[in-house]
Amino acid sequence: MAVLEAQSISIVFGGLKAVSNFDLKLEKNELVGLIGPNGAGKTTVFNMLTGVYNPTSGNIVFDRNDSGDYKSIVGAKPYQITQMGVARTFQNIRLFKDLTVLDNVKIALHFNVKYNALKAILRTPAFFKEEMELTEKARELLKIFSIQDKENELAKNLPYGEQRKLEIVRALATNPKVLLLDEPAAGMNPQETQDLMHLIKFIRDKFGLTILLIEHDMGLVMGICEKIVVLDYGQTIAVGTPAEISKNPRVIKAYLGEEVDAGA
Amino acid sequence: MGLLKGKIFNASILLIVSFIIFAVLLGLIYTGVINEYYALILTLAGINTIVALGLNLITGFTGQLVLGQAGFMMVGAYTTGIILIRFDVPIFAAIIAGGIVAGIFGLFIGIPTLRLRGDYLAITTLGFGEILRVIINNLDNLTGGASGLKGIPTFTDDYLMKPVYSFIWVFWFCVLAILIVGNLIRSSHGRAIISIREDEIAANSMGINVSFYKMFAFIMSAFLAGVGGGLYALLQQYLDPKSTGFLSSVFFVVYVVFGGLGSITGTVVSTVVLTYMQEVLRFLGSYRLVFFGLLLIVMMIFWPKGLFGTKELSIVKPIRKFLAKVFKLKGFEEDSGPVSKSSVQSGVK
Repeated sequence: MAVLEAQSISIVFGGLKAVSNFDLKLEKNELVGLIGPNGAGKTTVFNMLTGVYNPTSGNIVFDRNDSGDYKSIVGAKPYQITQMGVARTFQNIRLFKDLTVLDNVKIALHFNVKYNALKAILRTPAFFKEEMELTEKARELLKIFSIQDKENELAKNLPYGEQRKLEIVRALATNPKVLLLDEPAAGMNPQETQDLMHLIKFIRDKFGLTILLIEHDMGLVMGICEKIVVLDYGQTIAVGTPAEISKNPRVIKAYLGEEVDAGA
Repeated sequence: MGLLKGKIFNASILLIVSFIIFAVLLGLIYTGVINEYYALILTLAGINTIVALGLNLITGFTGQLVLGQAGFMMVGAYTTGIILIRFDVPIFAAIIAGGIVAGIFGLFIGIPTLRLRGDYLAITTLGFGEILRVIINNLDNLTGGASGLKGIPTFTDDYLMKPVYSFIWVFWFCVLAILIVGNLIRSSHGRAIISIREDEIAANSMGINVSFYKMFAFIMSAFLAGVGGGLYALLQQYLDPKSTGFLSSVFFVVYVVFGGLGSITGTVVSTVVLTYMQEVLRFLGSYRLVFFGLLLIVMMIFWPKGLFGTKELSIVKPIRKFLAKVFKLKGFEEDSGPVSKSSVQSGVK
């Protein structure tokens, strides 16, 4: 059963068709890579899937169940889509820089908090109990990524690699079904990338997630993705397993360019 | 020591400290050591603190610049004043009514403007203050028009006791305002509000209903301004439409920026100090505004984040430390609870 499905979505900015007729079907527990040269429209696809942009045409369907019921998430606000179960990270890290690591995670847990503002102001026992639970939950998540020792540091003071990790923790805290990772390994060294690969697989299995990731590091993409979608100039040029993709002539052309004909 | 017990201990410390400050100041006012003039300034500082705390909630914590705080304050002031002149209701009810009416104004201004980004809100609220002044000037029957609203009753019938009663009312309202804003901010709802200031797009992606929380903070802010206005009406017993204008609103922005955007204790300290400065510098006439301008320039060069930045001055911590030392209790000074370390870092490091 498909968890998230993009049905021929297109978006037009002014006269520019940034993405056209993009199709995607994410099956449960799948780990799919979305690759393509710079400016191919990968992040635009993410922004449409998470409600930041509304597609000009096409439909996005979430959580189709056995009887074929589904909800369209076109037109929903980003926070509503997150609450339904699609979480994301950002290409240019968007942490709450001046807040602590722990608070960053707690903010992502917020929409499940049951006590209301009045109870918070009156400091009822229910408030303290739930605050403790929130802290515990946030710490557990930080532990998975081994940054629990830094919970009281400001997010901006973390090394780059750990900031990327914190973004993933924060996305996980919203308890998603689908996780969209926008260049999770950007700026990491080969060793860190290796570790991240294992972590991504680990959280996929532990939380039963479906993951779609954008990445430029081919080692990472080829290493963990079961399926790869290649975008170029807003159009899907290939879909397949890593092995198929690495041999596909259109993909090679998109990445390396065409051979120059000496006679021309 | 159980957690809840620790919490109760912290709350008791704060309560006791408030009572001591209250008793000392009240004693000084009652005995005349603080004369009527300085008592008035102190009370005025309390009122300004309530209004500035509201502004800090929307501008400092939520990150939305509002330039019409004096407008909301005057909505509350006129509401309380008119109600007390025309009807025989308890003072407390009239003050709260002032807050509620200001909150409703906040709701109607917020609906169209809060969905826009920063600058638009600043300009709309700026316009609101000016429009309000024109309306008040022209509603002669209700507001007294350009000559002002006269004959508002005060906190007590005994004229000689007015400074004492004014101080009592304002002090406890001020404590209440600090408690409300402080507790709200150090909760999950407060973190949601702060996340909007930090990064609106990320907050949205983390499942936070950004427009709801902006609205919530804006209405709360207007409500506090209205309550402060109600107290102001009772203290001054006369309202002037000119005080809704741009200049008065800017003063509140100065208080908040000077104390630190996003610091409650910063707002309290800076509002009290700057309200007092305004009176001390009165001999300079209009030139005292130059002083505030210079102050802001110096501030921006040396402490661009304001006196306290986003930090808070903790009362509980030093007392706990002191008690731990005196009674040799191990680990006692650390038990300031699970909430205090996060959200807003407590204690100036």
